[in-house]
Amino acid sequence: MVKIEGIDKLLAEHPFFKDMPIDARKTLAGCAKNERIEPGDYLAQEGNAADKFYLIRSGALAVECHVPSGDNLVIETLHTGEVFGWSWMVPPYEWNFDIRAVDLTRVISLDAACLRKKITKDKLLGFELYSRFIPILAKRLHSTRQQLTDLYGKS
Amino acid sequence: MTSKTAVKRSPKTADDAQPDTRPDAPRDAPLDAMMPVPFRIVKRTQELADTFTIELTPASGRGGAFAFRPGQFNMLYAFGVGEVPISISGDPANPKKLIHTIRNVGAVTQAISNMKVGDEIGVRGPFGSAWPVEKAEGSDVLIITGGIGLAPLRPAIDHVLANRGKYGRFVILYGARSPADVLFMEQLTAWRGRLDTYVDVTVDHATRDWAGNVGVVTRLIERANFDAYHAKAFICGPELMMRFTIKELSSRGLKDEDIYVSMERNMKCAIGHCGHCQFGGKFVCKDGPVFPYSSVNALLKVRGL
Ligand code: FES
Repeated sequence: MVKIEGIDKLLAEHPFFKDMPIDARKTLAGCAKNERIEPGDYLAQEGNAADKFYLIRSGALAVECHVPSGDNLVIETLHTGEVFGWSWMVPPYEWNFDIRAVDLTRVISLDAACLRKKITKDKLLGFELYSRFIPILAKRLHSTRQQLTDLYGKS
Repeated sequence: MTSKTAVKRSPKTADDAQPDTRPDAPRDAPLDAMMPVPFRIVKRTQELADTFTIELTPASGRGGAFAFRPGQFNMLYAFGVGEVPISISGDPANPKKLIHTIRNVGAVTQAISNMKVGDEIGVRGPFGSAWPVEKAEGSDVLIITGGIGLAPLRPAIDHVLANRGKYGRFVILYGARSPADVLFMEQLTAWRGRLDTYVDVTVDHATRDWAGNVGVVTRLIERANFDAYHAKAFICGPELMMRFTIKELSSRGLKDEDIYVSMERNMKCAIGHCGHCQFGGKFVCKDGPVFPYSSVNALLKVRGL
């Protein structure tokens, strides 16, 4: 119980949980774990089971795409206060990219199996979670579209 | 850039008739403004694969200062090839050095790129409006730029840094295509090293050896600390990048009149006569290139303008 209370405090500090009803947050705290990733370590790799999502408490993560030449392409970096990972919501629940810690990074991970179980039972909890993911997805999609326009190319 | 057909300017309004004495207001060009003055290249620096900087001195050998305001541009004439408008990228407090940073994108810039130290080039200017650095005193200043857009803003950055005590928080956000395309990397690093300036740089894509940010420049805005209700933003970059940036700034509470953009259009006379640079009812060469967003926001939404 003491452990969950500590995690709940960390969740409350993260922007993702801003304005979430306390009960919902406390329920989700039961699926959460505090983690630390050393610089250069991988948090996820393409094709592996997407069994968690992450809230970045401090540090930076690079979203990478593995290319045949061997030198991974960095598509995006994510920083303190951001969220990473939605593959846990979409079958077949596999990571689409590699995720590497650029700096020493502290995250809170939320276990996907635990989340799925809770939101199947409590639809309102699912709504609380999904309604926070959708604006993030929209923002990322918007950024990706900007990148696709090759803004700085010769026109 | 698309070329515009020549048109007559719309009749002056009563407001136009009032002399505009603001320091950043557009000024009428002198009568001899159509006559290029020969300058000599005294220094050439290759900044990026397609971008270079030239430092010029009058070919007459008489030296002298070339006074300009941050954001203004000159028409550079490659003899026998043609003219291009290029923003001045030097320090306004050091007007003895006339500096331009140029991206090689067409026949004239290619001809200038091929020039060597000692070669002559024609110069007309300075023309156009300036970044409102005096008006921004007392406010936080946000410089948001991408690609070659950093060059026209460097004089404004130099001015703010030289008068640092007159401003609030100073934020410089810069985006480039890749790490190899980051302009003025050394200066960005030096500015970032100052305790009174927040500098953040991002690239659209990179390989693992880049330890910096990857993502669009608008994503840097959410991490920067500034007071949106007491800030002036100066934006320069591709028009699409400026539109996305303005949207993000507006969502953070910045008012249209506190946002300034530098517009780019084809130019010929640079003194408001030929209509080549027409942008709605405005001439980019004379009324701009720096505009308060509040005066061009409707025009920026018109397709094909
Ligand atoms: S009116 Fe001739 S270039 Fe602007």
